[in-house]
Amino acid sequence: MAEPAAEKTLLDIITEADTDRNVKGPELTGEINVPRVEEGRIVKGVLSGAKPYAAKPDMMTALGFPDTLVDNWEEAAVKRLGELLEKYKSLQVYLDICVRCGSCTDKCQFFLGSGDPNNMPVARAELLRRVYKKYFTTEGKLFGKLAGAHRLDLKLLGDWYAYFHQCSQCRRCSVFCPYGIDTAEISMAAREVMNAIGLGQKYTDMTIGKLLEIGNNLGMNPKALVNTLESIEEDIEEEDGVPVKLPLDVEGADILLVTPSADFFASPHVESLIGYAKVFHQAGANWTLSSAASEAGNFGMFIGNYTLMQKAATRIHNAIEQIRPKRLVVGECGHAWRIAYSFWNTLIGPFDSLDPKYPAPQHICEYTYDLIKRGAIKLNKEANDEFTVTFHDSCNVARASRMGNRPGGQFTIPRELIKASCNKYVEMDPETTKEKTFCCGGGGGLLTDEIMETRVAGAMPRMQALHAVMKSDGVNFMALICAICKAQFTAVLPRYGVPMDVAGGVHQLVGRAIELGAKE
Amino acid sequence: MSFEFNGKTYETDDDGYLVNLDDWNKDVAAYIAEQEGVEMTDAHWEVVNFLRNYYQEYSIAPAIKILIKEMKKMFGPEKGNSAYLYNLYPAGPALQACKIAGLPKPTGCV
Ligand code: SF4
Ligand code: SF4
Ligand code: SF4
Repeated sequence: MAEPAAEKTLLDIITEADTDRNVKGPELTGEINVPRVEEGRIVKGVLSGAKPYAAKPDMMTALGFPDTLVDNWEEAAVKRLGELLEKYKSLQVYLDICVRCGSCTDKCQFFLGSGDPNNMPVARAELLRRVYKKYFTTEGKLFGKLAGAHRLDLKLLGDWYAYFHQCSQCRRCSVFCPYGIDTAEISMAAREVMNAIGLGQKYTDMTIGKLLEIGNNLGMNPKALVNTLESIEEDIEEEDGVPVKLPLDVEGADILLVTPSADFFASPHVESLIGYAKVFHQAGANWTLSSAASEAGNFGMFIGNYTLMQKAATRIHNAIEQIRPKRLVVGECGHAWRIAYSFWNTLIGPFDSLDPKYPAPQHICEYTYDLIKRGAIKLNKEANDEFTVTFHDSCNVARASRMGNRPGGQFTIPRELIKASCNKYVEMDPETTKEKTFCCGGGGGLLTDEIMETRVAGAMPRMQALHAVMKSDGVNFMALICAICKAQFTAVLPRYGVPMDVAGGVHQLVGRAIELGAKE
Repeated sequence: MSFEFNGKTYETDDDGYLVNLDDWNKDVAAYIAEQEGVEMTDAHWEVVNFLRNYYQEYSIAPAIKILIKEMKKMFGPEKGNSAYLYNLYPAGPALQACKIAGLPKPTGCV
């Protein structure tokens, strides 16, 4: 029976989607072909209907946003944009200095995968730049459209909603821009403006809400967490015959591990959690997880909202106060590591109570790598002989953070860990790795099923590069250090005809290779 | 969103997951399964029942590893694995089994 025909609101019209969630990826050839006009592969607006679900009123109010699109939305948007321009000088600079040189046009995985010209980074930024020009620049006020200025009308707001949710904020474009323009920052600002006028995206806003209410993105309460950790301990003991523990809320523990909650719940994520636990066990470390800080992720960044980012990070501060650890270690998570590395100090620092001998925070890969170098743990590479491994650099780790005390440590340390854990390691095309890495296609708040079309398109470049090494070298394991990457590839690999268990974690390999038990 | 079944209106989220845990009954579960193209056998029901019991106790679906461990107990070691789980629910435990069990869709970085 049909539902009673409710009248469509403006919000319904703006967020009305037209997208195919059963989409399959294109055939894999190993080549990343740039869409060309001559070949008819650039199709204007082809992804204009790939819009995510809008946040519900209760999700909006929980974050302090208006429950639905406000009546004076245009005025309110301009006001919020003005505030952001004041606050973030870089935003204004990025909007002012683009010379339209075109260097960034073919650098975004969402353009490469979709052929939609609005996914060229310069075109994406232009959606906001037009509005900036209209209201904040003299030439725009005087010459309007001639100067590329445009008012924020309903159509343009609909395009904002579509295309600022086809940017994973991966910053790949900024690497190729001669001026270093960071479109990720522009898309964060656009999302902040949209939320401020009552137009939020459900997946991100709901996830932030759960984190604030229950303590993690999953919504796993402490009772469920205890049960889950006990179950994992049982599994490890059954499999390896060694009582490896996953301690929770141990006050006075030396090390506090903060990891994405997906590590407790999903596969292959949990295999990395098991890997961390085995490393701590074998190192004889006195470590703990925290139920108050049971989430490393922080989606506040995806919507450019400093207040929410800070609220989320405060839970970690509280856990430090409660547990009083000497060291703070972060599990495998891309955007979380970016926030931990670049923002925690400002958000919740300084970490005066921690032991200054160690980096605060420290990445789990760095922690494990140090133990290997010192010979404190031993790895048996043969345990991973069934795998030929490659490594996908997570964009947030690669381009927005570092690891260890040498430049480029975020590239070398995970690779060294993998090589210490297996005999067969292969690099993918260097045009697709390290600082030039592609995003998995699910970052920045896009990891939601209704926009599978966007996600499959965004994964295309990585899938081609992966296919190339699967064919040439028999690669059958792509190691990851990001919860979102793991979930995204698990969902997307089968749509390209690749088995989902090709995606796994770096500490999954470490956990399989580590020699447990008495040291010689 | 909502749907009608047997003269009753069932409220759902955007993806067709029941909003109210208590609205669930075997008939509506079978109906959702049919929409999903899943033919419910005893093994399917056992998974669904376990999911519901777990949710009632912990307010969240069990981690995949916990579900598989339970399947090992229910069906024996041969069938206690993710291949068998995907055989029962081809679109996966989160997308199909939770939906049929009337649980909310697990989200986050999963
Ligand atoms: S930040 Fe990444 S996703 Fe966004 S426009 Fe640039 S390359 Fe594309
Ligand atoms: S590379 Fe930089 S300056 Fe050139 S078009 Fe892109 S954003 Fe503008
Ligand atoms: S999911 Fe992974 S690859 Fe994608 S945006 Fe996050 S860190 Fe980058």
